[in-house]
Amino acid sequence: MPAHSTVTETPVITTSGLTKVYRSRGREVTALDGVDLHVREGEVYGVIGQSGAGKSSLIRCVNLLERPTAGTVTVAGQDLTALAGRGPRASKELRRARSRIGMVFQHFNLLSSRTVQDNVELPLEILGKSGKERSRKALELLDLVGLADKAGAYPAQLSGGQKQRVGIARALAGDPKVLLSDEATSALDPETTRSILQLLRDLNRQLGLTVLLITHEMDVVKSVCDSAALMENGRIVESGTVTDLLATPGSELATALFPVTGEAAGADRTVVDVTFHGESATQPVISQLARTYNVDVSILGAAIDTVGGLQVGRMRIELPGRFEDNVVPIGFLREQGLQIDVVDNRAQAPALLKEDAK
Amino acid sequence: MTWSEMQPLLSQECWNTLYMVGWSTLIAIVGGLPLGLLLVLTDREGLLQNVVANKVIGQVVNVVRSMPFIILMVALMSFTRWITGTTLGREAAIVPLAIGAIPFFARLVETAVREVDGGLVEAVQSMGGNTWTIVRKVLVPESLPSLISSATTTVVALIGYSAMAGTVGAGGLGDLAIRYGYLRFESEMMWIIVAILAVVISAIQFAGDYAARSLHSRGGRSGPAPRLRLLKPAAAPGETG
Repeated sequence: MPAHSTVTETPVITTSGLTKVYRSRGREVTALDGVDLHVREGEVYGVIGQSGAGKSSLIRCVNLLERPTAGTVTVAGQDLTALAGRGPRASKELRRARSRIGMVFQHFNLLSSRTVQDNVELPLEILGKSGKERSRKALELLDLVGLADKAGAYPAQLSGGQKQRVGIARALAGDPKVLLSDEATSALDPETTRSILQLLRDLNRQLGLTVLLITHEMDVVKSVCDSAALMENGRIVESGTVTDLLATPGSELATALFPVTGEAAGADRTVVDVTFHGESATQPVISQLARTYNVDVSILGAAIDTVGGLQVGRMRIELPGRFEDNVVPIGFLREQGLQIDVVDNRAQAPALLKEDAK
Repeated sequence: MTWSEMQPLLSQECWNTLYMVGWSTLIAIVGGLPLGLLLVLTDREGLLQNVVANKVIGQVVNVVRSMPFIILMVALMSFTRWITGTTLGREAAIVPLAIGAIPFFARLVETAVREVDGGLVEAVQSMGGNTWTIVRKVLVPESLPSLISSATTTVVALIGYSAMAGTVGAGGLGDLAIRYGYLRFESEMMWIIVAILAVVISAIQFAGDYAARSLHSRGGRSGPAPRLRLLKPAAAPGETG
């Protein structure tokens, strides 16, 4: 599987029991409620959830921009929560550790008073690099993100996508092993989003960079993530590699990633959701089914895509006759290694899916 | 009074005014900038959050600012004598002028620095920058256009204060206007001084605005000047530069 070549089993970001409680005017709001996150080296890991689910708190806790109320954060083998010290200010060790974690932001957060090159040099200034080294590295990184000709421009002269490229170049200046992406594409139009995601994917492959991104857009997870986690009310309710999630019966995340809709034409019909992942996706199973059992298969809807380089997807088909009449064809599909969910006519679409449809 | 009589007086006192205002502005900036930054940094949710320090600094600033300048000058006389050895003359006037202007400038600095986007602070924190780095690389450079406008306002206010300082023997254009224009009914003298002050203040305001605007156009669309310019339909975002 070439797509996964950069992923190893070494954990790079681990949080355990991560809890964050905000107190304001006597009220307590639990933003994170015992989050256990495991991001492996070299993967692109997406945390998805609606606003207020705690995604932002989670990513800010990873480099301790937010101090967790309880729990630990380990990045590249270093327990950051232990480095933090007691006071509200970041200790020297924590700051050193942060300089090895890149971060990109939704609103880019570039200094308007500095040129593009000077923005990229900023982390290197903090690291105390010499002027010559800084400009060499900055120009190299600007070349990497495709903005070599904009070194002397000011951020105000750039488009949103270009600003985010500068943000990414800046995040890479300290040669980080880990890149945190806080809704990096949420302020961009769809086309620019795709090019930024492609850049993140390329960097992940080329540099073996581990990327933890948070987003509220399913498409982001779908197009770049190897693994994903779904957050609701400060908890991770589902997590795993995208292919594993798809193989999990009743996975809300899989349903949301591959939404299939369509209702039975009548009461005497059986509606079945077929999930493809891995090998089975390449077999012409539906036509085999039709030929072997001489049934008329109607396709009600399908969502097939390439996730992390693998063909995966779901298809909703309709078979004539009630469920009792279709036990044998359904058994055939199961034998082909497909995951089959019989759809109850009255079943409601999962909450996440409904939210997406708005 | 003929021009040849007035001219040496005017140039002498004009110089005295600029001397007083120049030094007190310098001291106000050196003292007010850190004070204004501290007001922001020690505030709730600030990088150096310290509610007690914030309250104390805020209160001191308020007390000094609430005093009419002429009262402040009198109240500070013994302090002035301790510093300069006298309460008369331009050197002595610099003390109350600077002390009056420090909290004035500090409040303006506070407002300017609060305008800096918190995301920029977060970005530098995520790079491993400490508070001093954030002050030097983010808060001051990013608010520089506003800080220059604030300094301009402070200079103009100080020119006004310096006229009051004239009444207690500091010299300067204000003193001249009072002594000749008011006490001796030499109204030409007074109008010439008014004209000189108008020209000086306009020149300072113009220079300050120009400096702030040229920094802005570099930084682009953020900040007050371009926002006001949006009111004019002809101004396209790309025209700055």
